[in-house]
Amino acid sequence: MSLLALSGIRKSFGAVDVLHGVDLSVGRGEVIGLVGDNGAGKSTLMKTITGIYRADAGAIELDGKDILPLDPGQRRRLGIEMIYQDLSLAKQQDVASNIFLGREPTKKLFGLFPGFVDKASMDRQAAEMIERLGAHLPAINRPVGSFSGGQQQTVAIARALTFNPKLVIMDEPTAALAVREVQSVLDLIRRLKSEGIAVILISHRLNDVLAVTDRIVVLRHGRAAADLATAETNMNEVVARIVGGGDISAAAAHEQRG
Amino acid sequence: MAVETARSGLWTRAQRASVDQLHIRLESLIVLIALGAVMAVLSPFFLSLSNFLNILLATSTIGVLVIAATFVIGSGGLDLSLGSVMGLAGVVGAYVAVSLEWPWPLAVAACILAGAAAGNINGQLVTRAFVPAFIVTLGMLGLARGLALVISHGRAIYGLPSAMVYIGQGRPLGIPMPVVIFVATALVAHCVLAYTRFGRHTLALGDSEGAARAAGIRVERHSRIIYTLSGALAGLAGLLFTARVNAGDPTAGINYELTAITAAIIGGTNLFGGRASILGTMIGALIMGVLQNGLTLLAVQSYYQQMAIGAVLILAVFIDQYQVRRESRV
Repeated sequence: MSLLALSGIRKSFGAVDVLHGVDLSVGRGEVIGLVGDNGAGKSTLMKTITGIYRADAGAIELDGKDILPLDPGQRRRLGIEMIYQDLSLAKQQDVASNIFLGREPTKKLFGLFPGFVDKASMDRQAAEMIERLGAHLPAINRPVGSFSGGQQQTVAIARALTFNPKLVIMDEPTAALAVREVQSVLDLIRRLKSEGIAVILISHRLNDVLAVTDRIVVLRHGRAAADLATAETNMNEVVARIVGGGDISAAAAHEQRG
Repeated sequence: MAVETARSGLWTRAQRASVDQLHIRLESLIVLIALGAVMAVLSPFFLSLSNFLNILLATSTIGVLVIAATFVIGSGGLDLSLGSVMGLAGVVGAYVAVSLEWPWPLAVAACILAGAAAGNINGQLVTRAFVPAFIVTLGMLGLARGLALVISHGRAIYGLPSAMVYIGQGRPLGIPMPVVIFVATALVAHCVLAYTRFGRHTLALGDSEGAARAAGIRVERHSRIIYTLSGALAGLAGLLFTARVNAGDPTAGINYELTAITAAIIGGTNLFGGRASILGTMIGALIMGVLQNGLTLLAVQSYYQQMAIGAVLILAVFIDQYQVRRESRV
């Protein structure tokens, strides 16, 4: 049985139909690449999985359980995490506050008043998580807005991994990174796979997608136009499926130079 | 971990430490002390225990509104209806106690509930009808004031029961009751904002609505709670004022939102949300209290005091924005 199963997902915004019935399944510990042109509906599809958008029609099951009626917080608790392209960080708050946002550990103040946030334990766990990711931050108690882009991404990744997720969705995690940072993100994806965590990787960088995924799903005009096993496909075929006709050879040649 | 790479100056470090540990902006504390020193030199009456209690008493009503403003602005919202809702709540309380002759605990509850109801309407309109908070609360400023005048027929309602007057004029151990209630409310509010999940979610919401939503916080519901809380606090302020002057005055609290928002901003609340602390804004409230008290002692006309408050608001936001731009990335 697959970990996550989407069937017939439809979503429209006013008169604009973005998703026309998408089917997608993700196995435990499987790495899926989700590719497609701008406007193909990749981000919209992912946001219907996390619950930020509510699908107009279709079904979403996690471990065979219908999660469609659940809100984003409930879906997170079931193990669906997403690293957003804009990172979705609260920039004036510090590292631990961001990592634990929505799931702060609490304690009783003077053993009497419940509901007080246990900041010391938050800071300690946040520091451990950052260290486990092999990353370095200038200071853990500074607003994350004062960090560089790569450092902010580390915080966003730490937030997605701290609560033992089953599925991590990454929206363009390598788009804004330097070469060495890209490699460490790809290594991270491999490590998640080895720990049995499923990953959906959205990326325009087809080399990255071909390097780490098990399967590649091509989204085109709001439909899953192709579902390719990464081992049996190549750059040309993926590009052909993305652009869907037209001058394929020129597009593929251009991508291969990259 | 946690190694400071950039070596920062003494001033920057002191600023950060005061914000991290005390939740107070160092600049506002210095301004308060300096202002107190100036007033002490200018007026022989300023430095006395009775005047100190006077300042606290005068600050207590506005101080409760400042707490409300801090929560709302910290969550990325805005409540311009604070002063009007305060006036409405006071009139409703006096109406229940005097015109309906209901027992005083019901009148006290009516004050706070009237405020909470007005705040809840604000919250519903902002989160469900998608009318900007600026417009909703500006409309409520007119609605609540008008309703207060309708209920009271434009005249103050006199003759409150003595138990209610005690809330405004009683002095247990020599400390005025409004001061006791104000300080207790501020302490509870500080703990809620600084140390609870509710408080952290409030600031996260003001910082980035998208981040709060992605983290699973029910953003709309949280906003509605904040606006309702703000209204309830305005209701409490209305109770304190009505009890102190022993009358439900429909014109009470006019322009108080100006002072409340100014105090919240001077106290270090980010105008656009995401950063706020009650202890900090209480310093802001005291600055406003000392300013008004000092100007009164110096026999400055109240018209000029109004001008001073307006100027301080613009100056405080200017300084805040200047610092934000200097730190650029925050």
